[in-house]
Amino acid sequence: MSAARPGSARTAVARPDWWRREGVRLWGGIALAVVLLVGVAPAVLSDFRLNLLAKFLCLAMVAVGIGLAWGRGGMLVLGQGVFFGLGGYLMAMHMKLSDAGPGGVPDFMLLYGDGVVPGWWEPLRSPVVTVLAILLLPAGLAAVLGLAVFRRRVRGAYFAILSQALAAAFAILLVGQQKVTGGTNGLNGFRSFFGYDLADPVNKRMLYYIAAGVLVVMVVVVRLLMRSRYGELLVAVRDQENRVRFLGYDPAVVKVVAYAVAAAFAAVGGALFAPVAGIISPADVGVVPSIALLVGVAIGGRATLLGPVLGSIAVSWAETSLSEQFPSFWTYFQGALFIGVVAFLPNGLASLGGALRRRRARGSAVPEVGPASDVRPAAGSAGGVPADPPAGAPDVTTDTVDTAGRHA
Amino acid sequence: MDALLPQLFAGLSLGSVLLLAALGLALTFGQMGVINMAHGEFMMAGAYTAFVVQQLLPDAGVSLLVSLPLGFLVGGLLGLLLEVTLISRMYRRPLDTLLVTFGVSLVLQQAARDVFGAPNVDVRAPAWLSGAVPLLGMDVPRTRLFILALAVAAVLALSMVLKVTPLGRRIRATVQNRDLAETSGVSTRATDRLTFFVGSGIAGVAGVALTLLGSIGPTLGTAYVVDAFLVVVVGGIGQLKGAVLAAVGLGILQAGFEYSTTASLAKVLLFVVIVAFLQLRPQGLVSVRTRSLA
Amino acid sequence: MTTHPLPVRASRGRALALSAGVLATALALSACGARAGAEAGAPSSSGGESCVDTSGDTIKIGFLNSLSGTMAISEQTVRDSLDLAAEEINAAGGVLGKQLEVVGEDGASEPTVFAEKAEKLISSDCVAAVFGGWTSSSRKAMLPVFEGHDALLFYPVQYEGLEASPNVFYTGATTNQQIIPGMDYLKEQGKTKVFLVGSDYVFPRTANKIINAYAEANGIEVVGEEYAPLGHTDFSTIVNKLKASGADAVFNTLNGDSNVAFFKEYKNVGLTPEAAPVVSVSVAEEEVGGIGVENVAGQLTAWNYYQTVDSPANAEFVAAFQAKYGADRPTSDPMEAAYTSLYLWKGMVEKAESFDVAAIQEAADGVSFDAPEGTVTVNGDNHHIAKTAYVGEIREDGLIYPVWQSDGPIEPDPFLEGYDWAEGLS
Repeated sequence: MSAARPGSARTAVARPDWWRREGVRLWGGIALAVVLLVGVAPAVLSDFRLNLLAKFLCLAMVAVGIGLAWGRGGMLVLGQGVFFGLGGYLMAMHMKLSDAGPGGVPDFMLLYGDGVVPGWWEPLRSPVVTVLAILLLPAGLAAVLGLAVFRRRVRGAYFAILSQALAAAFAILLVGQQKVTGGTNGLNGFRSFFGYDLADPVNKRMLYYIAAGVLVVMVVVVRLLMRSRYGELLVAVRDQENRVRFLGYDPAVVKVVAYAVAAAFAAVGGALFAPVAGIISPADVGVVPSIALLVGVAIGGRATLLGPVLGSIAVSWAETSLSEQFPSFWTYFQGALFIGVVAFLPNGLASLGGALRRRRARGSAVPEVGPASDVRPAAGSAGGVPADPPAGAPDVTTDTVDTAGRHA
Repeated sequence: MDALLPQLFAGLSLGSVLLLAALGLALTFGQMGVINMAHGEFMMAGAYTAFVVQQLLPDAGVSLLVSLPLGFLVGGLLGLLLEVTLISRMYRRPLDTLLVTFGVSLVLQQAARDVFGAPNVDVRAPAWLSGAVPLLGMDVPRTRLFILALAVAAVLALSMVLKVTPLGRRIRATVQNRDLAETSGVSTRATDRLTFFVGSGIAGVAGVALTLLGSIGPTLGTAYVVDAFLVVVVGGIGQLKGAVLAAVGLGILQAGFEYSTTASLAKVLLFVVIVAFLQLRPQGLVSVRTRSLA
Repeated sequence: MTTHPLPVRASRGRALALSAGVLATALALSACGARAGAEAGAPSSSGGESCVDTSGDTIKIGFLNSLSGTMAISEQTVRDSLDLAAEEINAAGGVLGKQLEVVGEDGASEPTVFAEKAEKLISSDCVAAVFGGWTSSSRKAMLPVFEGHDALLFYPVQYEGLEASPNVFYTGATTNQQIIPGMDYLKEQGKTKVFLVGSDYVFPRTANKIINAYAEANGIEVVGEEYAPLGHTDFSTIVNKLKASGADAVFNTLNGDSNVAFFKEYKNVGLTPEAAPVVSVSVAEEEVGGIGVENVAGQLTAWNYYQTVDSPANAEFVAAFQAKYGADRPTSDPMEAAYTSLYLWKGMVEKAESFDVAAIQEAADGVSFDAPEGTVTVNGDNHHIAKTAYVGEIREDGLIYPVWQSDGPIEPDPFLEGYDWAEGLS
């Protein structure tokens, strides 16, 4: 695929006020989301539903990170459950420690362990250390792992498989160390969150507002990142890693930053998930939940700003309400979503409108379809992967949308 | 250390199971670059084939021998269907095939649950495979010897096919230089389909073999698919030799870790070893030299 | 769909202002909503209010089992027998003259989902009691929810003990009604070297802790203790260790699929039930078919109910169950315990003459029911029930036949306070 600049410049020439409209739409969307989240939702939802929404918002935080790393950075992160889990467990450990009785030992350690708090738990008694750990530890781990993998130019597919294996290993490790992690039970039964009683509905509501606020901040952060020079580099690395390398940048560093930010977002999501859901367990961090997080991002549009958020909230909501009535149907539906969206709508539902508009405009506005077929030969096999025969394929239209969307 | 020999064999045996699971992937992922998460479900389909055959042919020995080719056919046809309907339109997006096939695997699992019921089913092993044979002072289960032999046979057959048959030549040509192969009159589309058929068929055979060791349930494949991918990653892309070495190596390592620590910790240690190994050799054990930068 | 930033500066200013505004709003809202409740140390002020509607001629109850995910295999059978019990009770006139209205939920084999759905059943559907849960993790996840709302859970599966919540009734066995009788049986048979194998989660680890203490006090040697990750399918190493240990009995707490791989491997290396019998505590009638009868015939299990238990109540239960679900469906311990739990709740409500949680807790002690397993009686102190223990042998027909049973029902002792050797375990 060609470097993005010429393509977008052409678009900009063709439709001069396009950017402004996009900006208006975007900030309007964010403002609308804020109004819905902070104003409308708490007013119309019952305590139970609001708490449920708070849970979805925590998952949406992971989705924002996935959108950045996968949608913009082209890294298929299959192991975000690890960072989600790290954040969740760190927060849960702090809550268990502060809830502990006179001896300062969490209840499950008395039951299953030898009643001694291991040394590496101790620092988490401090709220400050806990918050710092949640922000820095998962991001640090991601940075180390990312440097190890990207420096050696491990192929994209390898990275995906490794991150998946990491999730599997992490879940097994948590389960195996029951005395210090609670095993399959995970950690639960939290009574307070930084001194606030969790049984109090007012404080549950407060948690919701915090989750909503944090999510909005994350979206804004991604927006700022993407509009910076770094954002351009990230997309460039996704589309043509070698060209970026030849220009003197280190693609590994560019990727690692996005990976670490995504990890930090996932960790914060996990850290808020623990008090909101009242539990964090290995079942929330393994391979399947890690992949399940991707479907929302794919549906919403992986490379859009609000798509991952909306998509993941929609999927979570659908799962909760549909699986109540048809548990077996839900599995089919989830499978069908993966297949349908990724295969036929690679840029998510967000691209549906654009795709239709383009299809309609195709007859008159030739340049809009132009770039895709122009760059085809160059698009070639970036990762040693064969390209489709360029002409005559029935899915030319989707291809066009795909290529165009990839630059976006 | 009288545990050394049995553990070495346990590792070898685990390696042969991994190899059977990974061999098909070495073709579809290694040669074609398609990340097929539904590979495990093709194994599951093979296992259920063995179950159905045994319902029709009560003699365990006959049904096993019938199941092996039939399992290949069932796995292969499922693979072919997947290739034609979905994967063929996604060769330019290898990472996306992972997600699409994950969706396929969800659907196949639920379908198995609805067709065969959620409880696991059992396939009886034939009498000539029950019990153990004394070998070098240890009792070696006959089933494990059988699977070892099956893995060896599969590797030999596959490498023969790749080396001497016209199909094998076409596959290698397509992998090495798709454009040139196309210009030389090789139908790369047909080759893709056939490669996928064979790779998925081997998964079906692996599924039949697994019925000798464990349970047959809808989630049979999920237990193996991540491990199988790791085998291919460690082995390196493009050659069967790598997959064989990696499967045996990982099997012996896992059995060794498991013996000296615990089964849970062994999995974690294995992952650490793999990441460290990829630091040293990101291209895997055996690799084809290319000028590609990636 | 967009890419490249053109008017960076202007919009960055806007972005900062907006995000600051959002943060401020969120903080302001949360600050005025916040109320430090922890320092008061008062128990949850919220949940006390029950929204259960007892005015109509129906009463809502909740069934919460995994109908999807890995546990669906087991939990679907529990849901079936709960449905059967509800149908029977409704046909016989309901509870306190009210027909039962069942709200079914899927726990999806995930603790987090169990907690969420329990919350929904209690606060959104306003059910009078919830029946279900299987894994320890699902119970632990639901526990704070039921305690927080002061609601009732009936939990129908044998478990690892060390728990007694006023908001839970445990109708499966605790350790002294299953694990200890199983060990008693091995001791009676003169076994002296036992090997422990289990899945890596709470129940096996706790059970094995108890077995170790029991063994030490009773002159039995534990010659090995191995855990496999849940879903583990390669047992050659563990069985190698087992064989090398010279054990004359095996205590098996493996869960689910792992049993199949374990028993096949066990048989293939030439071990036999005669030389080293395996006592399993998680293999029931419906698992036998999946493992393959030929692989487990002659092995032992420890439970509190078998389909073959000889009593009029059981004959009736088996007949009713098979009439509803098919003659090929076996009945098992957790199914029976779930069936019994609904009848016990009915007994408690009728004794209390109220659906009120406090009244039921008050009335629970001594409520008894002629269950298929024999007569069971609720212990008002620890909310467990007195049950008869059985050791059974798996036979060629796929059913399990009792070979040993305790002298009458055993009083529940979840914290093993009545056993000297168990001191310091909890």
